[in-house]
Amino acid sequence: MIRYLLPDWLTRALQRVDAVLLAALSLLVFMGLATLYSASDANWSMVYRQGIHFLIGLALIIIFSQIQSKTLKQWAIWLYGVGLVLLVLVLVIGVTKKGATRWLNLGVDIQPAEIMKLAVPMMVAYYFSEKPLPPRFVDIVVALVLVFVPMLLIMKQPDLGTSLLIATSGFFVIYLAGMSWWLIGGSVLFVAVAAPLMYFFGMHDYQRRRVDTLLNPEQDVLGTGYHIYQSKIAIGSGGVSGKGWMNGDQSHLDFLPERHTDFIFAVFGEEFGLMGNLVLMGLYLFIIWRGLYLASKGEDTFARLLAGSLSMTFFFYLFVNTGMVTGLLPVVGVPLPLVSYGGTSVVTLMMAFGIIMGMRKRKRVYQQED
Amino acid sequence: MNERSIKFERDEQHLFNARIIAAALLILFALLGILARAYHLQVLENGKYAELSRQHYQKRIPIPPNRGQIYDRNGVLLAGSHTQYVLEVVRDSIGDENKDGKSTLADIDVLVERLGEFISLSEKDIRVFTQNARKFKYQPVPVKENLSEQEVATFSVNRPRFPGVNLEVRMERYYPLGTIASHIIGYVGRIDERDLEKLNKDEYLGTSHIGKTGVEAFHEDRLHGQAGFDLVEVDAHGKTQEELEKRSPIGGQDLFLGIDINLQMTSERLLKDERGAIVALDPQTGEVLTLASMPGYDPNLFINGISHKDYTELRDNPDRPLYNRALQGTYPPGSTIKPMVGVAGLAEGVINPGSHVYDPGFFRLSGQKHVFRCWNKRGHGSVNLKHAITQSCDTFFYDLAYRMGIDRFSGFMHKFGFGEETGIDLPSESPGLMPTPEWKEKRHKRNWYPGDTVNVGIGQGYWLATPLQLAHATTVMANRGVRLRPHVLRGVRTAKNQEEQILKPDPFPTVEAEEKFWDLTVQGMESVMHPGGTARAAGAGAPYRIAGKTGTAQVFGLAGGKYNAGRIAKRLRDHALFVGFAPADEPKIAVAVIVENALGGGGSVAAPIGRKLMDAYLLKQYDNDETLEAEVTAGAQDDPHD
Repeated sequence: MIRYLLPDWLTRALQRVDAVLLAALSLLVFMGLATLYSASDANWSMVYRQGIHFLIGLALIIIFSQIQSKTLKQWAIWLYGVGLVLLVLVLVIGVTKKGATRWLNLGVDIQPAEIMKLAVPMMVAYYFSEKPLPPRFVDIVVALVLVFVPMLLIMKQPDLGTSLLIATSGFFVIYLAGMSWWLIGGSVLFVAVAAPLMYFFGMHDYQRRRVDTLLNPEQDVLGTGYHIYQSKIAIGSGGVSGKGWMNGDQSHLDFLPERHTDFIFAVFGEEFGLMGNLVLMGLYLFIIWRGLYLASKGEDTFARLLAGSLSMTFFFYLFVNTGMVTGLLPVVGVPLPLVSYGGTSVVTLMMAFGIIMGMRKRKRVYQQED
Repeated sequence: MNERSIKFERDEQHLFNARIIAAALLILFALLGILARAYHLQVLENGKYAELSRQHYQKRIPIPPNRGQIYDRNGVLLAGSHTQYVLEVVRDSIGDENKDGKSTLADIDVLVERLGEFISLSEKDIRVFTQNARKFKYQPVPVKENLSEQEVATFSVNRPRFPGVNLEVRMERYYPLGTIASHIIGYVGRIDERDLEKLNKDEYLGTSHIGKTGVEAFHEDRLHGQAGFDLVEVDAHGKTQEELEKRSPIGGQDLFLGIDINLQMTSERLLKDERGAIVALDPQTGEVLTLASMPGYDPNLFINGISHKDYTELRDNPDRPLYNRALQGTYPPGSTIKPMVGVAGLAEGVINPGSHVYDPGFFRLSGQKHVFRCWNKRGHGSVNLKHAITQSCDTFFYDLAYRMGIDRFSGFMHKFGFGEETGIDLPSESPGLMPTPEWKEKRHKRNWYPGDTVNVGIGQGYWLATPLQLAHATTVMANRGVRLRPHVLRGVRTAKNQEEQILKPDPFPTVEAEEKFWDLTVQGMESVMHPGGTARAAGAGAPYRIAGKTGTAQVFGLAGGKYNAGRIAKRLRDHALFVGFAPADEPKIAVAVIVENALGGGGSVAAPIGRKLMDAYLLKQYDNDETLEAEVTAGAQDDPHD
């Protein structure tokens, strides 16, 4: 029906958009805006701006869902290459803020690591798409090098959180490519041994403090543990049914820091309680599973690997953020996907969902009509 | 595509699907892990976090109740609360002249400077305020306390120029009569650590002062009232967001004492320049009409912490003004107890109304050389009980006590209240001492000698009594055995009903003796005040009948020497005592007077004071410069919180 009202090109474009995923995303966006309205103390202009971010994101979903996997595959190597150059430039002529050199001034300050969030999984997926799968050992080593080089460059800035997130999206591609479970198990064991060594010899003081805070947050409630302590009080005091929308005491009375960005999950948990969390997590799970389903229907190997990795990365963001806010993981600056306030994050994530949709096999019938 | 690549493609899809399913399951478990964590926080530990959250955002601001006022029996204000003005600043609300609209610390200095134009601020005021103001942004910080009316007026006019600066009203205790009745009223002082151990902290959260002594301390619970509170929601900075609940404080009870302040003033004037005590009781109720201990002190000095200099002065004063002689001072009662001893002798059957004793001027225990002298060396000749009281014959009572024996003697005197606290509603009362052989054994590790009994018979020896006990025992004489607990608090008025309720008398067991025994001893006491009696001068010309008894308490034992008050050091002189009640047939007042180290005996020094008190009370002939009357506004207490 809508088809008759819309221009023909848009109708055709919309055919590439997965309605089920879009509906689930819309529901999440709606919940996110409602939570943001409360978290920002009824700040309409903030909700409005976030709404604009989502509209841009919606446009990006439509645009990126049109891109075919073979096109994106051609872009992979260029994007990765440019990103790598920019990362090197950051180390040489980067802009330093708060002790970290993460930006390049190209008229405006840009953060090349953001490019790598997409470029790394694309590059690794591209590499494996040309190789027999499951991958040979040598191919895995090459893929790991493709992951580790940008990771180390970003870690050097220093930006531990982002480097781990980017590396993880790369690892997801390797996992999906079919790296043997034995190797995966061995790697996990290796990390388990290496992590403590890393803690004692490879970390900056502020990073070590974050880990300490995670291990014993009550010890230092006014210092670095303040965030976690406050968010645990907010979530815990929400109880089963929550204090009700707009009624969170911790958040409305300014106790909860970063409450409209990284710690918005605590506002949600305080106001909607365990019930709300069940609904929210159920919705996230549905979105992720839908993304994985779409990945399995991918056009080709590259499409499947990239869509699968992006879906899993979306989960990983969710897990790191909620784990952090509930005090299970260290404080890493990761937003709650599609709920936290912030243009970059929303736009990037929506773009990723557009890519996931675009990776799906073209329908024969449609192609015949074309 | 050839067949091989199709198979290859199919295997690859198969492998990928397996990986996707594994990933989907892993993700499911990971998110269940997060939910398990949420369950842990929101269900298992919900109580803990809910409480932490409440503590965070709820603040209980106590509202102190108004302390009850204290009045005398006629409604004259003895202790009241008046308003005190305090200038306070909430830094967050300070209006400033900076164009960027931000409050800066520099504004505090500007503010202080500008305030200084209207209010005199000492360097210390400024220093303390500046320090506190830097610490607290949202709480009111006092700039100056105790503003004068002039300053209040000037500031009020200029108030619009100082947003964020508020004039706060506080209630502060004051004692309008100064030193008068200070030992009864007592005083309040700032709550200290010892007070904190005793009091209910919830009720005293907003209260700064507490009764330290006197009625203020004893009736603290009645006077304090019930604290109210304002439950407010605060944000992370402690800034009030909204009021959640409010409970108004309930003011303390107003107390009406049995004290007749004009009689009290007369008493204090009569003891002026002396050390001594006067207690006057209403025999019919046990109410304390007067309780004077001289010298006294000004309780106003203590309210906000007495200065070191003032305190040292009071503490080191040899006349001990802080010491309440009426309650804490213990004196040998001397001859004042002879009427009570007489009743005891009659009731115990040791003597009868007709019994005579021959007084040669001394008493000697059979087979012993030591003589116990009568004050009259020539002796009183043959005396019966009535004469013995009238002329205060010692020999009669030496004999009586000896024959009664210390156990019966002590036991009967206990019935009059000697040797135990009367239980008056004032703190730190002394029980005095009514000696027994057991007591001496324990205290002095020596046996009780018959001679000890003989001495006790005339109110000397180990026997010690407080002026209050003497007055109390005198009411028992006046009431012919009926014994009522002395009390200062006559009635109360609660903040709610505004009606004065009079407290009921609290009786002790009646002292049992035949009516004629009482009559006989009271007649003896009446003769004391008439020609032939030891206080004939004091009793002369009274339009009502007085029953009394004089006494002299030895301070310094003269070994057979001749006592001449004018010649020995003042502090070694005898104390002069008098007890009495009037009108003798329908007693309305019972008094006990003691003048320490008096230049004269009970008859010449103490009895005239007793008489003047009776005149003052019964004939309203107060010996004061002015007679205090209840103010019309008494009781109408303005409440700054409403």
